[in-house]
Amino acid sequence: MSEHSSSYKPSNAFTRWMDERLPIIRLVYDSFGVFPTPRNLNYLWTFGGILTFCLLVQIVTGIVIAMHFVAHGDHAFASVEHLMRDVNWGDLIRYTHAVGASMFFFAAYVHIFRGLYYGSYKSPREILWILGVIILLMMIITAFMGYSLVWGQMSFWAVTVITNLFTAIPIVGESITQWIWGGYSVGDPTLNRLFSLHYLFPFIIAALVGLHIWALHVVGSNNPTGVEVKTKEDTLSFFPYFVIKDGFMVIMFALLFSWFVFYAPNYLGHSDNYIEANPLQTPPHIVPEWYFLPFYAILRAIPDKLFGVIAMVLAIVVLFVIPWLDTSKIKSVKYRPMFKPFFWLFVITCLALGYLGAKAPEGYYLLASRLFTAYYFIHFLVVMPVVGLIEKPKALPDSITESVTGKSSPEETAKEGAQS
Amino acid sequence: MSSDHNDEGRRDFLMVAAGSFAAVGAGASLWPLVDQMNPDASAKALASIEIDLTPIKEGQAVTVMWRGKPIFIRKRTADEIKSAESADNADMRDPQTDETRVQKPEWLVLIGICTHLGCIPRGQANGDVHGDFGGWFCPCHGSHYDTSGRIRKGPAPKNLEVPPYTFVSDTKIKIG
Amino acid sequence: MKVNVMKHNPSGLFKKLSLAGAAFMLAGTFALSPAMAAGGEPGPEIKRQDWSFNGFNGKYNKAQLQRGFGVYKEVCSACHGLKLLSYRNLAQKGGPEFSKEQALAIAKEATVIDGVDDSGDPKERPGKLSDRFQSPFKNEAEARSANNGAYPPDFSVLAKARTIHRHVPWYTEPYYWAYDIVTAYEEKGSDYIYALLTGYGTAPNGVTLGDGMSYNKVFAGHQIAMAAPLTEDAVEYTDGTPTTVEQHAKDVTAFMAWASEPHLNARKDLGKRVQIYLLILALLLFLAKRSVWSRVKH
Repeated sequence: MSEHSSSYKPSNAFTRWMDERLPIIRLVYDSFGVFPTPRNLNYLWTFGGILTFCLLVQIVTGIVIAMHFVAHGDHAFASVEHLMRDVNWGDLIRYTHAVGASMFFFAAYVHIFRGLYYGSYKSPREILWILGVIILLMMIITAFMGYSLVWGQMSFWAVTVITNLFTAIPIVGESITQWIWGGYSVGDPTLNRLFSLHYLFPFIIAALVGLHIWALHVVGSNNPTGVEVKTKEDTLSFFPYFVIKDGFMVIMFALLFSWFVFYAPNYLGHSDNYIEANPLQTPPHIVPEWYFLPFYAILRAIPDKLFGVIAMVLAIVVLFVIPWLDTSKIKSVKYRPMFKPFFWLFVITCLALGYLGAKAPEGYYLLASRLFTAYYFIHFLVVMPVVGLIEKPKALPDSITESVTGKSSPEETAKEGAQS
Repeated sequence: MSSDHNDEGRRDFLMVAAGSFAAVGAGASLWPLVDQMNPDASAKALASIEIDLTPIKEGQAVTVMWRGKPIFIRKRTADEIKSAESADNADMRDPQTDETRVQKPEWLVLIGICTHLGCIPRGQANGDVHGDFGGWFCPCHGSHYDTSGRIRKGPAPKNLEVPPYTFVSDTKIKIG
Repeated sequence: MKVNVMKHNPSGLFKKLSLAGAAFMLAGTFALSPAMAAGGEPGPEIKRQDWSFNGFNGKYNKAQLQRGFGVYKEVCSACHGLKLLSYRNLAQKGGPEFSKEQALAIAKEATVIDGVDDSGDPKERPGKLSDRFQSPFKNEAEARSANNGAYPPDFSVLAKARTIHRHVPWYTEPYYWAYDIVTAYEEKGSDYIYALLTGYGTAPNGVTLGDGMSYNKVFAGHQIAMAAPLTEDAVEYTDGTPTTVEQHAKDVTAFMAWASEPHLNARKDLGKRVQIYLLILALLLFLAKRSVWSRVKH
């Protein structure tokens, strides 16, 4: 698809002049105007657009908040409160940023599970997928650093606990941790560097998103059948079809987003973070933000400090290699009857780990965390390779167009139509 | 054929309507992002200050801060008042009578910022340079102000500005 | 060429196996949850109050905030600060809305240190509207030494810094999460504070209290350094509201809720306009989308 020649024709003298010097209008026209997109995409495919919206909201509100934030242990908490109380629109700007982080992760997780369900990580989209995992990793680090800046009790002790993970590294762990802290405990130097990097990372994410979209435009979008585009018939131009569809879903998403901002802004936060950081007193329950809970549950499920950290890191790192762990020739789980229940078991596993991450790691909660942690890895390392080899998939449609116009039974067509 | 046209028209109308409605919302949501840079509520609360004049003796001047700017308050001597009033008809760049610049002749209240490029003129302390006209002298580019704070010589285009103030009592003023 | 192979699906067994696995794991946690609840969160279940500022349409009640401020001033302010607020906030919209003159009179009762005099000593003056609330103690050490070692927390954001936990079976929790989101319930902290203020009583048999401690059924560990602060008729109300302990507690809690979230009224007002705008825009986009897509089969 990268070979497709541009059909852009400058319409007037200025655009012709511009096109010869910097063909930026051509680039936009090719990438977001006529870009051929599978016609059978369902609404789950709008989450890419939604995520772009999220990133934009976070960067814009973040730049604004940085104008009022003071990165100093004595003033950080008060400066956030000053923003909330005295700055014009400050409370809304801050709540949008705070809720925005949750919304960003919600959309990212939907996007990722969509990719897992429809096999969007498989050849030829491995690089596209890997870029996505890198973005997820960067998002996790950025969100964590941003949460710490509030310098409430949860912020402070989250930084303490997470930076202490590095002490699990043999021999050099202690020095690395002190290097991260800039001292012998979490303090002002730590807060300052967290702020600096929290401001930098979103722009790196934006650049990675650029690469992600570039890679997408080289190989083209996957689609619910997993059958690659064969003819022009199979696609529609990005504008107006997908622009309007994505736009509609972005607004639906904004409705949910604004409900939280205006009516439940603190629902997703933790009350302890409204207590200013106190290095002498740890809160009774340290819980990360909801979007980290599954990883937190994995960390605590392992009784050994070092292996707990390794397991948590592996939980994300394993995503890098799933294009090669999945041995199936078929992309979409829709046509994989044997794998399908395992997919949903994996979804349940992630939800359960999220639930367990918020509970005290004792008794049966701990036992459940261990079972689900085990399945998390078994799913990728055992189920994915083995089921792909022994499974007999359902017959695929010959083409995307066939799946849409349906030469088979009318009920089938109706079902497809409802999904797209 | 005509129904196709109608469809086309309806489609275009909906696209344009949705697009413009979205643009209005995007525009409106920009306002908070701009307005957050305006002075915040705590800054606005400091927009006016009260100053007790009793400690200032004749011939003395004090400098106070108001909205982050220096305010010159000078209790003028009879000589200074006379010299300011007698110069009312002199050739000036920014002609103003002394009467229009004060509420009580002995109290001169000025924003102490040179109208040329924002330096702070000298002349508050008795030992300072007062310039050729006995008032203030701006060391940056040599503007001379008289005992009414009017520009008499040098590059400054305007007289020193008089801030809005009122006498709350005989010995107290409120600036702003 | 679409053949439904489900009829002779060889993987049915796997499906059953994996579903059974999931069911087993879920059942494992489920069956044993009562045992966990016993050793879980301490303290009694805290009842939710019907706050005027709760939910989609909730707003602060001006008269209640004024009464609540009265309680704060007469009872709490001797030990608890309000350092993130300024006296001017008392007159701002969406709050107790005292008149500027009333707020200024309150401010003037405070002594504020502002700069130094000619000999370099701190200079005192009466408070102004622009001043922050003056805390009752100079620092934490002074506060602790005056309060039997306990530190009375500042009230500025306290109503957002406390929470309550529902005592429900774990499998109903998702339902309550959704319920709280849909009903816009953000008053966990207020419910806790009200319960604490009205949770004093005599210690049950077998509980020995530490020196200077009081029994409170809501406080974690049930021993609290603050003696029951509210008594009947502790504060005079001019608007005829009954001066019971419950009413005092309710009013001062509402005041604390406002102190921690002063722009709630304006936020909820704007929220409605934003939501209506988004709904209309979503409808327009939906119609446009349907119209655009109507020319292709999909």
